[in-house]
Amino acid sequence: MTAGVWIVLAALIVALAVGGARRLTDGRAKAVAADRLPRLDGARLGADLGAEATLVQFSSSVCAPCRATHSLLAELTGSRAGINHIDLDAETRLDLVQQFGITRTPTVLLLDAGGAVRHRMVGPARRPDVMDALDQVTGRSADRPTRPANN
Amino acid sequence: MSSTTRAATTPELIDPRGQRFAAAVTSVLLALVLILGPALGLPVLIVQTLAFGAGSILGLKYQPWGWIFRTAVRPRLGAPRELEDARPPRFAQTVGLIFGLAALLGAVAGLPVLFYLATGFALVAALLNAIFDFCLGCEIYLLGKRLLGDGADTSRATT
Repeated sequence: MTAGVWIVLAALIVALAVGGARRLTDGRAKAVAADRLPRLDGARLGADLGAEATLVQFSSSVCAPCRATHSLLAELTGSRAGINHIDLDAETRLDLVQQFGITRTPTVLLLDAGGAVRHRMVGPARRPDVMDALDQVTGRSADRPTRPANN
Repeated sequence: MSSTTRAATTPELIDPRGQRFAAAVTSVLLALVLILGPALGLPVLIVQTLAFGAGSILGLKYQPWGWIFRTAVRPRLGAPRELEDARPPRFAQTVGLIFGLAALLGAVAGLPVLFYLATGFALVAALLNAIFDFCLGCEIYLLGKRLLGDGADTSRATT
C-alpha cells in the first residue's frame, strides 16, 4: 500500500478514537475537589448569582453546540427559582478562561449559593447530569418530573 | 433565570445537515487526494481547496458541497429540526482553507511530508465533523485566542 492509504487509515482511526472518547465524556458533570473550591462573585461575572446555585456557561461565536446548551440551561433554570444561568462570551472574558483553564466551549461551571465552583461540565451539557449536579448543590430534588430513579 | 452577556446579534442561520453533508464530501475527496498522492491527487486537492476558499471567503452560501445539498438533497429531506449559526462552520472552512493551502504548497514545492501531514490533519477534522458533528477548528479557535489574547476585556465586533 502507498503512504497515502496508510495516512487515510491513520486519520480514520484518530478521528474515531477522538470522537468516541468525546462522545463518552462530553458534558459529564465532574465534581471539583472539595479542598480547593475556587470562588466567583456577581461583580466578577457581571450578573447576579442565584440564591441557591448558578450555572456559568462559557460560549463563543464559533461554537455550534453552545446554542443547544444555552437552551437546555435556560429551560432548567427557568423552572427553578433561585438558580441563575449566566452565559459568558469566552472571547471577551479571557481572564476567566485563563483562571479556570477553559479549553473548549461550551464549558459550564456550577456554583453553589456562596459562589464556590462545585461542578464542571466540559462539552455540550447533558440534561440528567445538570439536574443531578443541581440537586447535589442545592441539596434537594425539587421540580424533578416524576420518573423512576435510574441508579 | 437566564442572562447572556453576549451582544445581541441576528446571525446568519444555516441548515446543520448541510454542514455534515459538506464534511462527508470533503472527507471522501481528501481521502482520494491522499490515496492518489501529491502528483495525481493535485487536481482533486485544488478543487477541495477552492471549495474551502469559497465557503470561507465568500460565505457558506457559496460552498459548492453545501450548494449541492441545498439543491439536490434538502428538497428530499424537508425542513430541518432547527437551524444553526453560520459562524462556526464558516470558521471551520477557513481552517480547512489554511490546511488546503499548506497541502498545495507541499505538492507544488515537492515537500511530500507537508502535503501528507496537512491533508491528513484536514481529513481528521472533516471526519470528526462528518461522523460526530464535532467542529475541531472551532475549538482550536478558543485555544488560539487564549494564546494570542492577553485577557483584556475587549468586545469583538461581530460581522
